[in-house]
Amino acid sequence: MPKRRQGQDVIDFEDVTFGYGDTPLLAGVSLHLAPGSFHFLTGPSGAGKTTLLRLCYADLTPDQGHVALFGQDTRAMSRDDVALARRRIGVVHQDQKFLDHLPLAENLALPLTVSGQPGPSETDLAELLRWVGLEAQAEALPPALSGGERQRAALARAIIMSPEIILADEPTGNVDWEMSLRLLRLIVELNRMGKTILIATHDLNLIRTAKQQVQARVLRISNRQLHQAGADL
Amino acid sequence: MSRLRALLLLIAGDKQADRVVPPTGFTARLTVFAAAAMAFLVVFALAFSMATGRLAERWGSSLAQSSTIRVSAPEGQLDTQVIAVMDILRTTPGIADARVITDDEQRALLEPWFGPDLPLDTLPLPRLIAVTETPEGYDSAGLRARLAGEAPGAVLDDHTRWRVPLVRAAGRMRTLGLVAMGLIAATTAAMITLAASAALAANAEVIRVLRLVGARDAYIVRAFVRRFTLRALAGAAAGTALAMLAIALLPRAETAGGFLTGLGFVGLGWLWPLAIPPLAGLVAFLATRRAAFVTLKETR
Repeated sequence: MPKRRQGQDVIDFEDVTFGYGDTPLLAGVSLHLAPGSFHFLTGPSGAGKTTLLRLCYADLTPDQGHVALFGQDTRAMSRDDVALARRRIGVVHQDQKFLDHLPLAENLALPLTVSGQPGPSETDLAELLRWVGLEAQAEALPPALSGGERQRAALARAIIMSPEIILADEPTGNVDWEMSLRLLRLIVELNRMGKTILIATHDLNLIRTAKQQVQARVLRISNRQLHQAGADL
Repeated sequence: MSRLRALLLLIAGDKQADRVVPPTGFTARLTVFAAAAMAFLVVFALAFSMATGRLAERWGSSLAQSSTIRVSAPEGQLDTQVIAVMDILRTTPGIADARVITDDEQRALLEPWFGPDLPLDTLPLPRLIAVTETPEGYDSAGLRARLAGEAPGAVLDDHTRWRVPLVRAAGRMRTLGLVAMGLIAATTAAMITLAASAALAANAEVIRVLRLVGARDAYIVRAFVRRFTLRALAGAAAGTALAMLAIALLPRAETAGGFLTGLGFVGLGWLWPLAIPPLAGLVAFLATRRAAFVTLKETR
């Protein structure tokens, strides 16, 4: 486990237990994500990767223990506090949720729109779309996009607010290897810009490839606990 | 204070916020139709309430200060007794005016039942004397006693027997009209709440996306509330306009007579229905806002 640096971490889990029923899915989990760090979260299906990510962006609150988001205990956060904290977090969901009635460009600008900030300039938006290779799809509606395009669009939306941390849940789950590498390159680039990264994935090849490019720690969920993964990863 | 701020932000509008909620089909039409229908009914309830109010006022004030004396006597004594009654009335404190109803007026009163060519002189009809009181009124028991002594064929009718229950009935009808308006407003609120809840449920995924990208509840609520408030406002404006037109086209009271033809607005009373659309908008604003906050509590 990375050593905790009180007050400096972006996200802190302290002895967290969480379950959807009587049986806990996660028990006694502690996790500390320092600014600029790169972590992979792995484990078998149903182990609790998505749940742990949801605890990270205060979509869930722990049954026991504490989760602190930018130093604030998520259980003590008001709904407005949660909204404000989420503006500092970019989330790439497994199922890439979009507003299907709005064109891609407006979907990407959504975090700015809801926060009351002026939308991005056409140049900035074009730059972002070019960065994720979607400049030709700016006016397309989300249902018309392919799985890979949706993954890249989700990443673009996650970073438009220049968040301090990016949480990605199986970001390469629905794309081929070539697209996975392309997405990985984008994420590594963001980490080099100082963003904290936490990626939940079961794709070990992706993890091995990433470790060749960036200093990443790999955490594994098994038996409801969080462990540092072995040297083979 | 927060509601006032919410209302001001709502009026100011936010084009982007309006776009994040997809256009909805049946709930939009349902809200407009419900608001229009309810506004139409409220205008009629208001007209009914105001008409009964006028009626109650008329019965309560003008009739309260009038009485009738009926003089029945054998042929040859009738005129003598009428003169005696008039002499008594002239010397009775509290009487402002008294006059004998003319044959033409009596004929006009009886015309609806007996036709226009009624031969009054062949009928043993009593003579009627219309009495108008001063605001202080007169002593009806004392007057009755004097009439009994000096004009035994005269009977005083001070309208008390039928005026009081009629005024009470008119007052109750006015109350019923107000209750009807309250019920219609509550029904409107319920229907808009249902429509808003349906729209919120249909857009649960949209709400979830908005929350995940950092939207505050107030932002999401505003997007829904503005839409429903404007729909209610537009529907109520249309319903009010139609109802006012329908009332304006009703037969006039002077032409046809009777209570129902007096249904409507008089003078500045026509301004009252204009308050209905903004009130409907306010009801929609409060109902949708409440429904939205209740729904949002279910989403983290």
